[in-house]
Amino acid sequence: MAEWWTYTPKDFLLFSPRVYWRMFELHNKAFWPVHIAAMLLGVGILAFIIYPHLRSRQGVAAMLALAWLWVAWSFLWTRYSTINWAATYAAAAFALEALLLLGVFGPSGGVTFPETASARSKIGLALFLFALFCYPAIAVLSDGSFRAAEVFGIAPDPTAIATLGILALGRGKAILLLLAVPFAWCIASWATLHVLNSSAAWVPLIAAVLALASYSRRSIRPA
Amino acid sequence: MKTTRRRVIQFGAAAPLLFVPMSLRAQSKTLLARSIPSTGEAIPAIGLGTWITFNVGDDIELRKECAAVMEAFFQLGGRVIDSSPMYGSSQEVIGYGLPKLKVPSGLFAADKVWTPSPAHGPQQIEQSRSFWGIPRFDVLQVHNLVAWEAHLPALFEMKAQGKLRYVGITTSEGRRHDLIEKIMRSEPIDFIQVTYNIIDREVEDRILPLAQDRGIGVIVNRPFQQGELTRRLEGEALPEWSGEIGSSTWAQFILKYILSHPAVTVTIPATTRVAHVRENLSAASGPMPDQSMRLRMAEYVRDL
Repeated sequence: MAEWWTYTPKDFLLFSPRVYWRMFELHNKAFWPVHIAAMLLGVGILAFIIYPHLRSRQGVAAMLALAWLWVAWSFLWTRYSTINWAATYAAAAFALEALLLLGVFGPSGGVTFPETASARSKIGLALFLFALFCYPAIAVLSDGSFRAAEVFGIAPDPTAIATLGILALGRGKAILLLLAVPFAWCIASWATLHVLNSSAAWVPLIAAVLALASYSRRSIRPA
Repeated sequence: MKTTRRRVIQFGAAAPLLFVPMSLRAQSKTLLARSIPSTGEAIPAIGLGTWITFNVGDDIELRKECAAVMEAFFQLGGRVIDSSPMYGSSQEVIGYGLPKLKVPSGLFAADKVWTPSPAHGPQQIEQSRSFWGIPRFDVLQVHNLVAWEAHLPALFEMKAQGKLRYVGITTSEGRRHDLIEKIMRSEPIDFIQVTYNIIDREVEDRILPLAQDRGIGVIVNRPFQQGELTRRLEGEALPEWSGEIGSSTWAQFILKYILSHPAVTVTIPATTRVAHVRENLSAASGPMPDQSMRLRMAEYVRDL
């Protein structure tokens, strides 16, 4: 792009705040009560983490992948792309993340969930719980209604943040492969919300920074 | 030019100011029109932009609001609507509204080609036309000069074949003015689209005089700096003398400043509100500032 330095994030904003928030309202209205299934999916992931067994990794991967694929198709591809052409590329990235989750968390992926608690795993669990149970409340704090609530497995932000949390809980270098998409999404979401003048803009940014900070070199070593 | 339109006033060398009936319902008012330099065809000087405002996706309620904006725009005598494939769903939303209004015969459809791939240009243009639901565009512009070397010859060819009436190029926020100038000097374009308002006046130095000199029409985008200018001026008082140019609001004040430049053919403020459409179009009637008044207006806003 010529004279790229003259562009600001605002130059790339294609829609108004009203359109953006109404998009979540319409999406929630269109897919209710899939939200209940999505929340149960999140609770299922939590159960696999808290009560680990032989198939926990695959269970977590399958459920997370399902959430990413659903968000890729139902939200990014069919809805968000109608007001933001870049969302089609994001949909492809979300689908790729789903495939990576299945591969990296598979039998030969080299990823484990250690049973001993560390600072990193505490951050991971906190991020996951926040994304699952607290993120929908941001809409209530913003405009006093759940109508535009963003729910894990339904909307991209809580899905990405919850995944960052799960990745912080795991161990293994292959996890780094999975960080790029949710991290990039959180940064993109922060930029979008920032130019929309939303006070919630800092949430995805802080989540991304927290997740990244939890990946010290030492903690990357396989358990 | 239709017989109902009459030339009222002219200043500057290239761009006659004309006034056309504002609407069938409001015959008492006249709407400023300008001639397209390359043909002399008159078009109302206030158009309708769709950047951000018409990008409402599949939201039916908001689509109906946009259709209402278009309806008010046409009822008040507006004709020029501008969009781009870059504007998300804006083209589809125009296409949603036009059939409800039975595609007004006076519609002057302005769109753009925006792709780095020359081979993709014709396909994109056809898709844009399909979204609008019209037989052809009146003007197609190379959006932000993307791949302009390839797109311009293709647009000239369309024009030669009668598939298009006018060809243009666009930029915004003062970008790439050197290249704009170069193309204005070397290519037989009918229009340029640039950012111009009472704050962003860079084009007054070279671009607008060159447009007059070369007989190129000027479409002005971002007249309100995407709403930032009007929001900033909201708490400020209009000067007492604003009544002399028929301005009772800042929007009218700003638009009259733009329209009173003789090189300007049409400006395309974007809005989602019918009341704003009325306010914008009303700026194209009544007295217009002369050169000394224009300077006074710019100084007043600059000093706020």
